[in-house]
Formats: sequence, structure tokens, C-alpha cells
Amino acid sequence: MNATCPECDAEITLPAGTVEGEIVTCPDCAAELEVISLDPPELALAPQVGEDWGE
Amino acid sequence: MRIGILCSRIRVEEKLLFAELERRAIAYERIDDDEVIFDLNQGRYAYDVVLERSIHHSRALYALKVLNDAGVPTVNTAQVADVCGDKFKTTQALIRAGVPTPRTRMAFSPASALRAIEELGYPAVLKPAIGSWGRLIAKVNDREAAEALLEHKEILGSYHHSIFYIQEYVPKPHGRDIRAFVVGDECICAIYRASAHWITNTARGGQASVCPVTPALADLCVSAAYAVGGGVVAIDILEAPDGRLLVNEVNYTMEFRNSIQPTGVDIPAKIIDYTLAAARR
Repeated sequence: MNATCPECDAEITLPAGTVEGEIVTCPDCAAELEVISLDPPELALAPQVGEDWGE
Repeated sequence: MRIGILCSRIRVEEKLLFAELERRAIAYERIDDDEVIFDLNQGRYAYDVVLERSIHHSRALYALKVLNDAGVPTVNTAQVADVCGDKFKTTQALIRAGVPTPRTRMAFSPASALRAIEELGYPAVLKPAIGSWGRLIAKVNDREAAEALLEHKEILGSYHHSIFYIQEYVPKPHGRDIRAFVVGDECICAIYRASAHWITNTARGGQASVCPVTPALADLCVSAAYAVGGGVVAIDILEAPDGRLLVNEVNYTMEFRNSIQPTGVDIPAKIIDYTLAAARR
């Protein structure tokens, strides 16, 4: 399953088991990308860290 | 049984939790915190239990409150999220329960914060009361640094940065701290987080290795978990140079990907066991 990096246009292969909402890193430009759809495979730039994120 | 999992980003942890449910052939519903709408007037939600895995503290807190008020059990509860999401409330809960924790002061103005820092002595640590992944935590080594930092916080920070949470700096003689995982009444495993940097979060590059769960460590961790309301929590512990163990923080939506391999403990399975047991019947 292939998708295109919205930052650098690289072709990215999504591994089996990828789910919507998952974050992947573009191997070419290192942008953090969110899988917003699987059918068709589509990526968007992941949101920046929010003020109230994380543990 | 209807199981909901409240999520934002799908990290390694969420995938492991989904996989554990799928392995047991248990159906679940992903509740995306970007999409969900809570009808507050109607106030009924068809879940028997919700496992909260949002990365947003505010969203988690409000969602859990809505669900708990509607009688839906959650892991963790809104009360636990409220206490653990705020370092002041955590410290207060630990102190009230008699759980050892670093000496801490709270002040509301730069002038009083400076006095509080000098009472504790240098170096001291300033933390935002709300925040995580070790962000915006500052080690203040001397008065000049303290004055500069307090001025920056006052002028550049949001209102939250004017609540000054000031803690003694506990030196790390072994260059590490401990993160221990508590599920219900049991401390299931622990790791050392080692880093050349004084902030040891594995999200910040700290290296994980197994830490033996001694009876003393288990007692301390379970006491800390009870102090904040219990459930599935991760306890951050500092080893003081005199050997005392001090509870630094309690996390209520823990990340655990770096702790499964070194400890050999199936953390997602333990979380799912606890979640299923918490469901209403």
C-alpha cells in the first residue's frame, strides 16, 4: 500500500497492519505524517505538539 | 460487552492494546477525540467501559467526567486524571497519603517564587503544574538564572506559568530514575531510565533497562497509585543519594512501548485484563 508524502512528494510504503490515525515518518524528508485514510491511502502532516499532550 | 477506547494519535501503545483485544476476539470501538460529540443533555453512553488513551489532558479529563457522571466506568477515572494531570494536585495527594515525595513549594508571584527557590536552595526545579514529556521543566542553578527564568515565565508564559511549582533538585547518583507500572493492586514491573541528561523521559531519549520490583518499591508504588485514586498508572521515582525513594510524578495515560522488552511483562495484556474487570455488568 503506497501513499505520497504531502511535504516532499516521496512515495511511502505503508506496512501491513497500518491503521487510520497512526503516525509514520517520511523516510525521505523525516516529516511526521498522520495516516488519515487507508482506502485510498492518504497522509497529512501530523499536528504539532499541543500544550496538553503526553506523559 | 461494549468497550470504547478513547484515542487521539494511534501510537505503538494503542496498536498493542488493539492487538490484545483482537487476539482475545473482543470487539471494541475506537472513539476518536477529534470526532466525538458528547450530548450532555441526553447524558447516556452505550459503553460498559472506556479505556482512555487520549494524548490531550484536557480532552481526557472532560470526556472521563462526562462518562463517569453517566455511570460508565473508565480506566482511569476522571478523578485520577484530574489529580495526575496537575503536578500540584499530585504532590498534594502524595503528601496527604504520607508517600515520600521531593520537597515542594508553590507560589503565585515572581518575587515569592524567588524566595521559595532560595528557601529550597540551588539547584531547584521549576515545572509547569500542567504539562508532560518533560517539556518546559527547568533546573535553576543560581539566583541569576532564577531571576531570568521567572521574568520570562511572567512575560512570555500563559497564565499557568504564573503558578510557580518549585521542587528541590534530587541529584541522580546513578544517572537514572525509575518508572514503575501499577495495575490495580499490583506493581507489575519497573524500568530504570538512564540518561546523561537530567531529564530522563524515554520520550526524551532516556534508555530503559529492567529494575527489580522489590517489596519496598512495590509498596511505595501501590501507595502512590492509591493516593491518586488507583487504576492503571505509571509512577516516576527518584533515588535520593541517601537511598530514599521519592515519588516524583504519577502518569495516568502511560506510554509503555520501551518497557515491555526489558521487563518481559505483557503490559497491554495487564491493562486489558484490568479494563475488562472494571466494566459494568
